[in-house]
Amino acid sequence: MPDLEELYREIILDHYRSPRNRGELPVPPAHRVEGFNPLCGDEVVLSLEVADGELRDIKVAGSGCSISQSSGSLMSAAVKGRPLSEVREMIKTFKTMMTVHEASLGDDRTTGAEDAVDPEPLDFSKMGELAALQGVVKFPVRIKCATLSWNALSQGLDEVAST
Amino acid sequence: MAHAVSVKDPLDVEVLRKDFPLLARTVHDRPIVYLDSASSSLQPRQVLAAMEQYYETTHANVHRGVYATAEGATELYEGARRKVGRFIGAPDPKREIVFTKNATEALNLVANAWGRRHLKRGDAVVLTEMEHHSNLVPWLMLAEAIGIELRYLPVDADGRLELDGLERALEGARVLAVSAMSNVLGTINPVPTMAEAAHAHGAVVVVDGAQSVPHSVVDVKALGADFLAFSGHKMQGPTGIGVLWGRAELLEDMAPFLGGGGMILDVRLDRFTPAEIPWKFEAGTPPIAEAVGLAAAVDYLHGVGMERIVAHERLLTAYAIDALHERLGGDCRIYGPPAGGDRGGVLSIAYRDVHPHDLAQVLDQFGVCVRPGHHCAKPLMHRLGVNATARASVGLYNDEADIDTLIEGLSHVGTVFG
Repeated sequence: MPDLEELYREIILDHYRSPRNRGELPVPPAHRVEGFNPLCGDEVVLSLEVADGELRDIKVAGSGCSISQSSGSLMSAAVKGRPLSEVREMIKTFKTMMTVHEASLGDDRTTGAEDAVDPEPLDFSKMGELAALQGVVKFPVRIKCATLSWNALSQGLDEVAST
Repeated sequence: MAHAVSVKDPLDVEVLRKDFPLLARTVHDRPIVYLDSASSSLQPRQVLAAMEQYYETTHANVHRGVYATAEGATELYEGARRKVGRFIGAPDPKREIVFTKNATEALNLVANAWGRRHLKRGDAVVLTEMEHHSNLVPWLMLAEAIGIELRYLPVDADGRLELDGLERALEGARVLAVSAMSNVLGTINPVPTMAEAAHAHGAVVVVDGAQSVPHSVVDVKALGADFLAFSGHKMQGPTGIGVLWGRAELLEDMAPFLGGGGMILDVRLDRFTPAEIPWKFEAGTPPIAEAVGLAAAVDYLHGVGMERIVAHERLLTAYAIDALHERLGGDCRIYGPPAGGDRGGVLSIAYRDVHPHDLAQVLDQFGVCVRPGHHCAKPLMHRLGVNATARASVGLYNDEADIDTLIEGLSHVGTVFG
């Protein structure tokens, strides 16, 4: 079942079984933000420690399917210790990867998306392990699982910036 | 539920399946295995044909025109009302059947049109922990609006209602609102007994029949209900139509629900007079084609025989529970009561500790349609201590081969998440 193998890549299953940066940080100094997928009940709780324009530390808690939980783990490993500007850029790149033009999914898909604007070409090779989640776009209903923690991160950074 | 099940002549599923065009399609190069009827059922071609014929030959708005097709459409629509009423043993089908958008709207109609007229601050409404959000949120909204008190009957470890506290809960209660069958656990609740107790306390009994009406022999009098809500698309009918049955005297003494055309007797600039029941509750152009489709679905179910459907689904549910346990052993857990008289064909499954979304994703590759999620029953999920389950539910067109494919798919989950 090649589609399944593309979705459940080894890196994803590894992060699902052994999530990185698991847990919560004391609030304050950390900022806490929750993300919910009301359709399936998946939830993610992020603890963000921001200082000197950097995301010093991040912890991930919550529960959900292999895609939502591994995505949170992969994200935490990718953004931890990075300058906020880089983190924002990664959020943008990741979300673009998850909204990739339907036509690029292969000929067996109906496109019906002629009106959609092609996203700017982004270099997914810089995404490292995160690129493993690319297989998710072939399963549209699971995209929300993959973006859950990224949306929470985006919201959390906005909240930190506004305080 | 009201009748004993005794069937000499079992369902010929192989023949019956040919009536359902969607069962002919493949998914990922495998025949579709449709195990999501609790969410929405499939339609036989007889239903589709009736709707198409209506649009091709008789379509017009109802209750207004005098030309032939308008009269024809009105007759079909009102005929559907009578047919649906007879299907559930309504004493006065012409006046007691209200067509709505779905069961959810029917329950909202009761909470609003009956609740707002008859309930006041502090009045108690008894619900259960296993209610679908559609029989929960309307009452929560009413609690927010007018301050009614909500009491909940708990669910025990087997997924049955704990009825020890029923009498106490009903003390001074004005409403008992309960699902006749759980959409998560398959539990068939003892509504007649509960209704009798509720009536002894002077409470009105609202029954959510979304799951029970398609899968049991329903007689509203035997059920003891004052209101019964259900959906067309869960009983081989189309989407977009639901039903509220209510005792005529209760419907008479209710505020209107939605305002607009069709629900009035007279309108002035400073006042209006609502129409008679049931039209009083049907503002705007109703779902006419859907009513025609629902009537065809009732004819179809009647032709097959509800007793035979119940017997078939009960046997298949018992087969599924046995086979899942036997072939998957401790890897598979099924929530809800064991097979038996109070067990409907809704199977909420956990497989090892694999998340239901991942289960459903793997099963999809086998063509198996099951539903992962909280099934619009989040309080029940909290009670079970889970975020979600994977739910397989049977319909009249399912057979043992469908269950075997479900188990084949579940076995494969182990190789992905081993």
